[in-house]
Amino acid sequence: MSPWISALLVIPLVGAFGVACTPRSKPDLAKELAFVVSLVTFVASIAMAFQYDTGATEQFQLVEDHAWIAQFGVRYKVGVDGAALALILLTTFLTPIVLLASWRQEAKVKTYFALFLVLETGMIGVFAALDLFLFYVFFEAMLVPMYFLIGVYGGERRVYAAVKFFLYTLFAGLLMLVSILGLYFMSRQQAGAIGAAAQGTFDYEKLLNLTMSSGTAKVLFLGFFIAFAVKVPVFPFHTWLPDAHTEAPTGGSVILAAVMLKIGTFGFLRYAIPLFPSAARYFATTMMVLGVIGIIYGSLVAMVQKDVKRLVAYTSVAHLGFIVLGLFAFTMQSGSGGVLYMVNHGLSTGALFLVIGFLYERRHTRLIEEYGGIQSTAPLLAASFLVAGLSSLALPGLNGFVSEFLVLVGTFARHRVLGVVATFGIVLAALYILIAYQRTMTGPITNEANRDLPDLSLREKVVIAPVLVAILALGVYPRPVLDLVAPSVDRMLERVHTREPAPSLAEETGEDKSVQIGEQQ
Amino acid sequence: MSLAAESAHAATGVHALLWLLLALPFGGALVLLVGAKRTDRWGHLLATVISATTFVLSVASFAKLLSYDEHGRKVVQHLFTYLPVGRFKVDVDLVLDPLSAAFILLVTGVGTLVHVYSIGYMEHDPQRRRFFAYLNLFLGSMLLLVLASNFVVLYVGWELVGVSSFLLIGFWHHKNSASTAAKKAFVTNRVGDVGLSIAVVLIFVTFGTVAFDEVFARAGALSAGTATGICLLLLLGACAKSAQFPLHVWLPDAMEGPTPASALIHAATMVTAGVYLIARANPLFAQSQTALNLVMAVGIITVLIGGVIACVQDDIKKVLAYSTISQIGYMFLGVGLGATAYSIGIFHLLTHGFFKALMFMGAGSVMHGVHDETDMRRMGGLSKAMPVTYWTFVAGWLAIIGMFPFAGFWSKDQILESAFAKGDYLLWALGLFGAGLTAFYMTRLMCMTFWGPSRVDKDVHPHESPSTMTLPLVVLAVLSLVGGFLLNTTTEGALTHWLEPVFGHTEHPHLPVHPIVLSVITLVVVVIGAYTAKVLYLDRPIERTAPEVVTPPTRWARKKLYFDSVYESVLMRPGQYLARALVFFDAKGIDSVVNGAAALVGGTSGRLRRLQTGYVRSYALGIAGGAALLVVGLVVVTAL
Repeated sequence: MSPWISALLVIPLVGAFGVACTPRSKPDLAKELAFVVSLVTFVASIAMAFQYDTGATEQFQLVEDHAWIAQFGVRYKVGVDGAALALILLTTFLTPIVLLASWRQEAKVKTYFALFLVLETGMIGVFAALDLFLFYVFFEAMLVPMYFLIGVYGGERRVYAAVKFFLYTLFAGLLMLVSILGLYFMSRQQAGAIGAAAQGTFDYEKLLNLTMSSGTAKVLFLGFFIAFAVKVPVFPFHTWLPDAHTEAPTGGSVILAAVMLKIGTFGFLRYAIPLFPSAARYFATTMMVLGVIGIIYGSLVAMVQKDVKRLVAYTSVAHLGFIVLGLFAFTMQSGSGGVLYMVNHGLSTGALFLVIGFLYERRHTRLIEEYGGIQSTAPLLAASFLVAGLSSLALPGLNGFVSEFLVLVGTFARHRVLGVVATFGIVLAALYILIAYQRTMTGPITNEANRDLPDLSLREKVVIAPVLVAILALGVYPRPVLDLVAPSVDRMLERVHTREPAPSLAEETGEDKSVQIGEQQ
Repeated sequence: MSLAAESAHAATGVHALLWLLLALPFGGALVLLVGAKRTDRWGHLLATVISATTFVLSVASFAKLLSYDEHGRKVVQHLFTYLPVGRFKVDVDLVLDPLSAAFILLVTGVGTLVHVYSIGYMEHDPQRRRFFAYLNLFLGSMLLLVLASNFVVLYVGWELVGVSSFLLIGFWHHKNSASTAAKKAFVTNRVGDVGLSIAVVLIFVTFGTVAFDEVFARAGALSAGTATGICLLLLLGACAKSAQFPLHVWLPDAMEGPTPASALIHAATMVTAGVYLIARANPLFAQSQTALNLVMAVGIITVLIGGVIACVQDDIKKVLAYSTISQIGYMFLGVGLGATAYSIGIFHLLTHGFFKALMFMGAGSVMHGVHDETDMRRMGGLSKAMPVTYWTFVAGWLAIIGMFPFAGFWSKDQILESAFAKGDYLLWALGLFGAGLTAFYMTRLMCMTFWGPSRVDKDVHPHESPSTMTLPLVVLAVLSLVGGFLLNTTTEGALTHWLEPVFGHTEHPHLPVHPIVLSVITLVVVVIGAYTAKVLYLDRPIERTAPEVVTPPTRWARKKLYFDSVYESVLMRPGQYLARALVFFDAKGIDSVVNGAAALVGGTSGRLRRLQTGYVRSYALGIAGGAALLVVGLVVVTAL
């Protein structure tokens, strides 16, 4: 039992402490140290991934389990399944990239870089926690560094955006806490009922075995639902997102969109659905409808935004709608597509925010009308925006297509009308991305300020290249991630006991009729 | 494994190299795009050599396929598994069969000629390398589309040719008109993609697979409703890609792209992908007469729409664009006639590929010679200044109007003949009228461009283009002359016979009259059309600016029969209003409600305001509140 995950949690935290201790007179030292620490974390996470056995039968691997607050049965228990591992890798991959992208940060440098490392620990902790109390601690603790990143380093309306972000997530999290306590209470009661010492537990795997009435399940589900729906965000809980995304500094927007939103959808996959399968089935159609509303609504609102960061923020509402749709359609295809979508959206939207950050550093404005004709002066910058945009609009050959198509395939099998409506999202996606691209990058240069914009610097190329390579690689060969996340989706589907709809013209043998969902061929 | 898959040959010999048909062009595009300026000097040569190599490979693959027994002409090369998710398994397999073989020959052949031509055409463009990168990207994408063994991989190729088209239309990105046209093309195609993707998903939900072999083998079990549904959705996708009514509106605007791209993508190959799709899915269409009828209806309507609008265009490329729309309408008519005519639709697709690519490149050569002028009212009498361009263009003109023995005569005649044989006399008559329109607008183009007195600006001195540009014209002119005859040497037609493994064997349709009678009728209509154009545009002087006062039909045709205007007022404007209304709703509705609710939860709205005054305090309060609630909760629960 090597403490791989503990190492991943400790390295950035210790690094943050080190960064905070660097002398104020040498801001570059803080940057370099933070960057090296994040690279070490990334390398460690890759090494960890090699320890992970995709063929293993148990759900969680690399598990570490220690008593923490024995009095309340709280344990320090961490471990990963395929989905968690994929999201941890996304986190450790993007952290060095956003640190490098923030190199020109000049005010309060030490704090800025230290906060990102603390944030990294928080995010890894959320994905790795296997004890609900520990999960809650990471879930709320993660807010603190992001709150400061937005509130201190953000744009003009940063304080409003930061407070809104904080309050939304905090209050929603408190409702989840009530549900967690409810589970704890029930575990204590049921342990007592079978004569064991009346000790409650927060252990995820043990809580899966609770028995509860469907009414209780629905109430507790709603606690988790609110927390995750705000985090995702699911329509109509999304209004904190455009403000937070827009006001956050570039690095903050990237991490917020790429990783933190996924905590909501990951929460549905890991907690809300498996812990309360009957309630999840009960609310499934509602959730799918909310997902589809998010797709259409987010796309339409994105299309007419004047602020390019706000535009991308609303595209996240649409994309996350696809993920929610995929998770609650309860088929192998839609579920795998949904989880893969979490990774893909992190890459595509992360890349978009990075490129917008490059633009912002040059022109200090987010207004679309201020730009135009950038392709003539900065062709590489424009090309990066286009590739990221094409990934976002799910162009086949790039990563976004695979996940979006899988979600549609699975959804259609479950609910045709919703599948058809969701498919119209692909037209709207083409519109909002190409409108943004056309107005910012093409046409004649109308604003003299754009006349002599420099193209990407070497540092900026190093920042964007790995993300673009990942976008292309996962588009052509998505299999490694699909194979990695399949068992996680499988577990979720087993918990909800739904059968995958069989094709209407089944093979003559009729075997397909009886295929249990999630069966691997 | 299905029977069909078992009967396929393993990819041996030259067929083992099929993967290079994708790897070379995609690799070339990547090298040129990533290598950027470093490849400026030799990038165009690399791209051209790659294209020529794919052509050689295609010819060799075709020859080897020819050596197999005619029922075993099918080769499958497995590359890798793309999507393995439960039952949904998608492999990237390349399938070489008679249909895909015909396509790869056309695509790589015309593709290579366009590459060679572009060396000269784009010589003075500083972005020539990027242009060649996109050409290579297109080549790989189109080959992926036609070599795909299942609907998902076909869809991937389908979208990638779309994005190549987008990049090439918007190639001169500093022009607003170019970037707008590129966006319009992509978005219109996305509307079709909604149809195609739902069709693919419906196919999977119905059959449990998306592989051509397995789907087609069980197509007979489809209910009529499902078959019609799938086919109509496929048709929607095909209409967008092939610029057919009612989604044809993007193609004329696509002429903003450099002319060689128009020749390759928007005339000879990509826009015919819709015809390919319907032909490939023929076992599905065979299950739904309704769908086939609609394919025919779309085809004939588009023949007429394209033909009518082409008659009033003054921009040489726009005439050719509407002509392409109209000619693809004939191909849709062909495949829509079903069983007997699939191979005739493909026949017209191939001959059209020759003569339309020829005329587009000829138009490019004309533009090259008159300082990028595209208005035919400022041309005229160019036959002497550019003899090679002129004489090759004459071959294209005779081919498209269907003059014996040029290529278009054979293929268009057979489509009309099939309609007649089927007893669809109305279709036949309308198609015949379309042939007259074709003769009219193409002769009008010849009169305004090459014949009559010169109307070019005084400071423009028309000149012939360099040999890199004229050589491809000569090759295509020869094909436009003999292509139809070659593919149609026997009464059954060599091509029809070749494609039998894909479309099945069908008896030659019985005609109530001798086919020569029909051919003569067609030729008479063609001559009338051509003669009318001569009277109007050669015997009378042409003004250098288009006359303002015109007959109502001319005015309607100039307004492109109002499709753009209607789409703008029915779809675009209401869409924008809806989006703006939602933005208002988002800010004033949802956000206010949620903020209000949050304020209530927090106690009073006054407290929320105070929270906003200082982030440290609010943070501290929030965390403290959360922690307190946590502890209280735990204590209470433990005490119970």
